[in-house]
Amino acid sequence: MSGDDHQREDDRTPGSHQASVLVQVGTYTLGLVLALGLTAISFWAVRTHMLWGPGVPIGLCVLAIAQMGIHLVFFLHITSGPDNTNNLLALAFGVLIVFLVVAGSLWIMANLNANMMPMPAMMSPQT
Amino acid sequence: MTATTEQRDARPPNDDPHQIGRSNGEGADRVSGHGDGGPADKRTVVGFGFWIFLLSDIIMFSAIFAAYAVLEGATDGGPTSRQLFDIDNAWVETLCLLFSSFTCGLATIAAERRNVLWTQAFLLATGILGAVFLALELREFVDLIDRGAGPQRSAFLSSFFTLVGCHGLHVTAGLLWLGTMMAQVWTRGFQPNIARRLMCFSLFWHALDIIWVALFTIVYLFGVR
Repeated sequence: MSGDDHQREDDRTPGSHQASVLVQVGTYTLGLVLALGLTAISFWAVRTHMLWGPGVPIGLCVLAIAQMGIHLVFFLHITSGPDNTNNLLALAFGVLIVFLVVAGSLWIMANLNANMMPMPAMMSPQT
Repeated sequence: MTATTEQRDARPPNDDPHQIGRSNGEGADRVSGHGDGGPADKRTVVGFGFWIFLLSDIIMFSAIFAAYAVLEGATDGGPTSRQLFDIDNAWVETLCLLFSSFTCGLATIAAERRNVLWTQAFLLATGILGAVFLALELREFVDLIDRGAGPQRSAFLSSFFTLVGCHGLHVTAGLLWLGTMMAQVWTRGFQPNIARRLMCFSLFWHALDIIWVALFTIVYLFGVR
């Protein structure tokens, strides 16, 4: 057909791949090593006293997001390639909803707590 | 030549680099997204559908995560996360789940090569690691309840048991599914439908590990800090 000299691939799903055994096992091993490293760093960051305390939560968030990214790329095989457009768009929408739910809940509840009238009677334990 | 073909040919060759609107009338072997060229093959459709399910499952978890994050301080004078959580236990659980995700990936590779022995071996390893994870989690739950920190003690503990328990239920369901898949591979071999189920199972198992990453960070690491 006209203008179709380049090879097109079928749409791929997360989890499908076409490569040699060695390359595939290598991909998973690399993913495992990276994930292990990030996990070890985040557990170390909590125990150690060498780091500046207030910065640790942000670091933990970054490490967790990085590790989720590694899982997506190396284990679920989500890529930015043209054969993955549908998967990536669905993922982006999912991430948007997750962000709205979590950030929205925290924001609204923090606001409500801040504007709450002090009610000492309700603070004491009920019998 | 029809009018549509002329229009398409008039476009520059790289007009649609990601080929989202691809192959209008170019034959049955292409996926067009416009209804012509026929539907995608079943493996693609099943995988994409299951991916949508996983994303909706993750969105459900996000609601439980939001509840936990909001209620984390609501201890009602009871034990706090810092007093309760054992980070060493969480570390071992994390290792179990991470390595089971790895062996699950290896099982997928073996299944693509139609190698029954290696597929079963790696699925078994996945199942054992998942069972160890579940046992550790149950032991932690029993220990917490023994110390008077059950789900009815405070809003914080209710949300903790809901969140971690919900993930644990997913792992339990995954283990049941895993056993079913091993039996089906054993009795029926790698028929196309069995291969698709195996692919969906591996997606499910990897997604559980992704949720666990968020869970151990927000619950355990933030909790003991």
